[in-house]
Amino acid sequence: MSVLVYTQNWDGRFKKSSFELVSYGSKVAEMLNTSLVCLSVGAVSDEELKKLGNWGGKRIIRVDNDYCKVLDNQVYTDIIAQIALKEDARVVIMSDNSEGKAVAPRLSVRLKAGMASGVSKLPLSVNPFTLYKRTYSGNAFAHMVVNTDIKIITLSQNSFDLVETPNNAVIETSNITVDGSLVRTVVKESQKQTGKLLLTDAEIVVSGGRGMKSADNWGPLVELAGALGAATACSRPVSDEGWRSHEEHTGQTGKVIAPNLYIAVGISGATQHLAGVSSSKYIVAVNTDKDAPIFEVAQYGIVGDALKVLPKLVEAVKELKK
Amino acid sequence: MKILVCISNVPDTTTKVKFVDSDTKLDTTGIQWVINPWDELSLTRALELKDDPSAGVKSVTVAHVGLPASEPTIRKALAIGADDAFRVNAAPADSYFVAAQLAAVIRKEQYDVILCGIESSDYNGSMTGGMVAEFLGIPSVSAVSDIKIENGSPLLTREIDGGREIVTVPMPFVAIVQKGIAKEPRIASMRGIMTSRTKPVRLYEPEAEEPLTGIKVYEKPSPRAACKFIDPENAGQLITLLQNEAKII
Ligand SMILES: Cc1cc2nc3c(=O)[nH]c(=O)nc-3n(C[C@H](O)[C@H](O)[C@H](O)COP(=O)(O)OP(=O)(O)OC[C@H]3O[C@@H](n4cnc5c(N)ncnc54)[C@H](O)[C@@H]3O)c2cc1C
Ligand SMILES: Nc1ncnc2c1ncn2[C@@H]1O[C@H](COP(=O)(O)O)[C@@H](O)[C@H]1O
Repeated sequence: MSVLVYTQNWDGRFKKSSFELVSYGSKVAEMLNTSLVCLSVGAVSDEELKKLGNWGGKRIIRVDNDYCKVLDNQVYTDIIAQIALKEDARVVIMSDNSEGKAVAPRLSVRLKAGMASGVSKLPLSVNPFTLYKRTYSGNAFAHMVVNTDIKIITLSQNSFDLVETPNNAVIETSNITVDGSLVRTVVKESQKQTGKLLLTDAEIVVSGGRGMKSADNWGPLVELAGALGAATACSRPVSDEGWRSHEEHTGQTGKVIAPNLYIAVGISGATQHLAGVSSSKYIVAVNTDKDAPIFEVAQYGIVGDALKVLPKLVEAVKELKK
Repeated sequence: MKILVCISNVPDTTTKVKFVDSDTKLDTTGIQWVINPWDELSLTRALELKDDPSAGVKSVTVAHVGLPASEPTIRKALAIGADDAFRVNAAPADSYFVAAQLAAVIRKEQYDVILCGIESSDYNGSMTGGMVAEFLGIPSVSAVSDIKIENGSPLLTREIDGGREIVTVPMPFVAIVQKGIAKEPRIASMRGIMTSRTKPVRLYEPEAEEPLTGIKVYEKPSPRAACKFIDPENAGQLITLLQNEAKII
C-alpha cells in the first residue's frame, strides 16, 4: 500500500506547490498508516529531487523518457496509472492546477478511482474516505465521500501549510515502458514567461477594479505589489477594457486563487469576483463606498480614494522594509 | 465535421446558495437556471466556426445529462443556434457517471470535436471533459483558450502555468475550454427562439453505471471576522496591522 504524490516540475525545478503536495501527502499517508511515494516525470536532477525529502518525501520515483517532453494527457495518465498500480497506491494526489486538471480526471477513469477536485483540507475521515471540497464557486464546501479502493485528490494551491519533516530521500529510476503511440499532442508554438511571479503561486496579491478609473492609474498599485513581493490581479471589467492583461483577471471566469493576503482596490465585490478570491486567508479592501459588498468579506478596510490611499501604503511598506 | 457541445445546467451565478434537508441538498426555490458560463462560450465558439465556411463544420449538437426539468436550458442552447441536441435522462450523480453517459452516446453518434467547459459553476469538478476523453480513448486538450480549424485540422491554444502553447491533435478529440474561447456569449434571436421549438432533442435512457463519489453534506464557508476600518488619512496604519496583528507580511 502507498500514497502517491505526483510532483510536477517546471523546466526541471519544483515550486512551493510541489512541496505543499508532499507535506499533504505525507500526512495522508500517516492517516492511512502507510508510506508516501513521490513521482516525478521528466528531466529533474538528483539534487532537485532530494529537496522533496525536506517535506516528508522518502521514496522518489523518477520517470524520464522521450515521450514525456510534451504534456500529452494520455501519456501522463498512462505513466501515473502504471506507477499507481505498481506501488499499490490507495490515494493519488495531484495539484489542482492546469496540469492536475488535465490529467487527474483521465486517471480517475483509467483506474476507476473516485476523484475529488479542489480539496483544501486533510481528509475529514478515512473511513468512509471523506474530503472537503470547494463547490458552488466558493459559496459552499462539500463533504465528499469517495467509495472506491483508489482515491484521487487534486489539492488547491496554497491551502495546506508546508510541514518540514526532513528525510534522506531515496531516488529510484523506474523502467516502465510507455506506449509511444499514445503521443498525439504536437506543439506548434510555445510562449513562456520566465521569471515573473505567477498569480496562482503568489502569497500576496494586489488587485485593482474599475474604481482605479483608467489604465494610466496603475503605477502606485504595481509599486505596492513590488514592495510587498506580490503579484498583481484585476477584476473582469478591467481586463475586458484592456487596462490590464487577461492573465490577471480573477473570479469565476478568470483565475481562482487563494493567497494569504488579497488586497482589493476599487473592486465592488460582486459574487462572480468573490468566486475567485474568497478562499484568500485575509482580504483587505480599499473602496470609496462604505457599503460596497467587498467589505463584508474583508478583515481590514479603508473607505477612501484608491489614488490617494495607494501612495500612502507604498510609503508605509517601504518604511517597514528599511 | 460534427461538433458536440456539452452543457451543464447551473444556478444563475449571482444566486445566494442555501441548503435544505440538513444541508444535504440545494434549496432550489427561486433559483434561475442557466447554461454554465463556459458552456455558453464554447457553444458560441462552435457556432462561430460553423459560420466560417473554411472550417468545414456541418453541425453543432448540444449534449446534456439531466432530468426533464433541464429541458429549458437545452431549448435555450437551440435558440442560440445549435442544430440539435440529445439528453440522457438521468440525474447527474457525479462527474464519472455523467462522463460515462456522455461517452456512451458519443460512441453511437460519433463527433469529431467535443467541447466541455473547464468547470461547472455548481459542482466545480473540472473533471467531465477529461473523463469523457478517457472513456473514449481519444486525446484531450485542457485549458483551451482558442480553437481554430485550418485545412481540416485543429489548432488549439492551451494555457499552461506561465504561458501558452499552440498544439494540434488528431480528431476526434475533447477540448476543455476556458477564458478566451469566445468574447461574449451569443444570445438568442427572435427567429432562433421560434425555430428552437422544432429542433430535434433525442432522448436516451441512461446506461447502468454507478457514481464513484457522493456528497454527504454541504457547509457554508466559515464567517469571516468583521471588517476593521482604518482611517484613510492614516492609511499606513494598515501595513502595521498586517505585520503585527495579522502577521502576514
Ligand atoms: C457569468 C458572469 C461571470 C463573471 N465573472 C467575473 C469574474 O470572473 N471576475 C470578475 O471580477 N467579474 C466577473 N463578472 C462581473 C461581475 O459581475 C462584476 O461586474 C465585476 O466584478 C465588477 O468589477 P469591479 O468591481 O471592478 O467594478 P464595479 O462593480 O464597477 O466596482 C467599482 C468599485 O470601485 C469603487 N470606486 C469607485 N471609485 C473609486 C476610487 N476612486 N477609489 C476606490 N474605490 C472606488 C466603487 O465604489 C465600486 O465599489 C462576471 C459576470 C457574469 C454575469
Ligand atoms: N450534466 C451534464 N451534462 C452535460 N455536460 C456536462 C454536465 N455536467 C458537466 N458537463 C460538462 O463538463 C464541464 C465541466 O463540468 P464539471 O466537471 O462538473 O466541472 C461543463 O462545463 C460541461 O461542459
